[in-house]
Amino acid sequence: MFGDYSLGDLGSIFVMQGFAGLILFSVYVLMALGLAIIFGQMGVINMAHGEFMILGAYVTWMTSNLFQTYMPGLFGGYFFLAMILAFLASGALGMVVEWVLIRHLYKRPLDTLLATWGLSLMLQQAYRSVFGAREVGVELPQWMLGSLHVTDSIEVPINGVFVMCLTVLITVGVAYVLYMSRWGRQVRAVVQNRIMAGAVGINTEKVDRYTFGLGCGIAGVAGSAFTMIGSTGPTSGQLYIVDTFLVVVFGGAASLIGTIASAFSISQTQSTLEFFMSGSMAKVLTLLAVVGILMLRPQGLFALKVRK
Amino acid sequence: MIINSRFFNRSELMGFVALAAVLFVILPLTLDVFRLNLVAKYLTYAFVALGLVLCWGYGGILSLGQGVFFGLGGYCMAMFLKLEASSVENTKIQSTPGIPDFMDWNQITSLPLFWQPFHSLTFTILAIVLVPGLFALIIGTAMFKRRVGGTYFAIITQAVAAILTILIVGQQGYTGGINGMTDLRTLKGWDIRPDHAKIILYFVEVVLLFACIGIAQFIRLTKLGRILVAMREQEDRVRFSGYSVANFKIFAFCMAAVFAAIGGAMFALNVGFMSPSFVGIVPSIEMVIYTAVGGRMSIFGAIWGAILVNFAKTSLSESFPQLWLFGLGALFIAVVLAFPNGLSGLWGDYVQPRIDRLFASRKSKAGWKDNSVADGAPAE
Repeated sequence: MFGDYSLGDLGSIFVMQGFAGLILFSVYVLMALGLAIIFGQMGVINMAHGEFMILGAYVTWMTSNLFQTYMPGLFGGYFFLAMILAFLASGALGMVVEWVLIRHLYKRPLDTLLATWGLSLMLQQAYRSVFGAREVGVELPQWMLGSLHVTDSIEVPINGVFVMCLTVLITVGVAYVLYMSRWGRQVRAVVQNRIMAGAVGINTEKVDRYTFGLGCGIAGVAGSAFTMIGSTGPTSGQLYIVDTFLVVVFGGAASLIGTIASAFSISQTQSTLEFFMSGSMAKVLTLLAVVGILMLRPQGLFALKVRK
Repeated sequence: MIINSRFFNRSELMGFVALAAVLFVILPLTLDVFRLNLVAKYLTYAFVALGLVLCWGYGGILSLGQGVFFGLGGYCMAMFLKLEASSVENTKIQSTPGIPDFMDWNQITSLPLFWQPFHSLTFTILAIVLVPGLFALIIGTAMFKRRVGGTYFAIITQAVAAILTILIVGQQGYTGGINGMTDLRTLKGWDIRPDHAKIILYFVEVVLLFACIGIAQFIRLTKLGRILVAMREQEDRVRFSGYSVANFKIFAFCMAAVFAAIGGAMFALNVGFMSPSFVGIVPSIEMVIYTAVGGRMSIFGAIWGAILVNFAKTSLSESFPQLWLFGLGALFIAVVLAFPNGLSGLWGDYVQPRIDRLFASRKSKAGWKDNSVADGAPAE
């Protein structure tokens, strides 16, 4: 199968395939970061996570339309405002959901799964009623189109590079908030021992609500980034939810580094395999490998040692 | 304890009689063949719900991959039916006669090896039970022996459902792809499509369902059922008492898989096709919700749940397709938040005590008192 390519071409193909994997990796990381907070830290199985992401995507789409109609001069910069709006919208919805639904279910993790699945159905139908069943795509500003020519045969798309930079920024931000800030300490304290955290004066209910909101907000940003590389439909979120959960579980639920490492290995495996076989078989093999490894090592790649 | 030595206590006997009356007498007499066939379709999900009562309600193992076993059973049956429908006479216009039409479309020129045994009905019936059973045994052993449970198990079964769907859709030539296996015609030369065949198949299915209810009830009443419940409540204590928790979990999971597979096989027979849209994540979770709505602790409740939710789905999505998803979503949330024991829980809380009081007042007139509220409406 390599007979038609010269050695240099082959190298370029691998580099570009690797880069396609890196874009997939960025999307996985962005989606999995929010879930790692919600599922990994709080233990809530949020099946509606994909729908929070799609909300961010729709917010981005609306912002781009708004700029196009009223402020065409500023169109080049709409994306930064859109991301902030996406974060706020998804985060706010997340906090409402936590208050109405999730806070009653902290002791019954399996039931959060059913309830949030119901929520995801309702959100999907709401998107379908409001935005229509067809997929929408945002128009990218001029500076994001095109690609960078690294060498003669290797070129990388600019929007992909942008998504990757964004991912790095957000990951560093989340890591800082969780591990350096006072509020992050409170979050980790509540997760490790809710009763003791309450006893030392932490308002656990408030911490829960903001943690859930943060996770959902990051999902919104992920959705915003997602619009740059794909189109958005009412059910797009569902396509990614299982992959995202596998990324989080595979990485070891409570570990941020684990999440990143597993997102990297899963996305690279998949995009490399896609070169050799059909997309569906690549996906099957990747998922099988993940499930197989999880059967051998149920705690995931990077397990946090916590006394239960 | 005297009550428990009987196969059914009084409220269960009433549930049994009511279900039997509705399924054997009332529905066949009142519905036309089309609607009866729809009920037969709903009942295939009742098998899955029954399995989930054992596995989730009693054992506490939430499997989000029951669609896998439903699909495996269904595909085994559909493969047999498809082979019979693709006899050389029926398919002589194809470039390779005698193989299923979708293989011909995908340039496959001979029957793949794993299709060969499905020429035999005996093998097919064995495969319907054994293939999903063994598959569940492998997954269960790998997971439960390593003490993976709860949410992790749910997510991994979900991943398995996703894998199988992608595989079936991707391997069009061997499985019929996204369209599935359609145009199933005869079972050993007996046409399954006309009205009288639908009625016969309906009754076969109901009889099978009651057989499965019997098995589930038997498991529930034996020591096995008690260990399952104990395991759900306090897994460590059961383990420290010397029971192999993993083996009991594997057993419950395999039973649920086999029940689901029987449902899937009946689905292929009754509905006349099988497709990956009954295998994946969405149908698997819907199957869980039938059980949750009916009552995860109640054998009869789960069956009613499967029938009623599907009935609501058909009638609502016929007239208000938009409302249906909102309704289904709200139902999920309501079941979880407001009545975790589902319809059977509501029945046990509000209706059953009245019936018991009625009986109790009659009996007290006859001069024989018993504490019927306590035994008549058990928490399960």
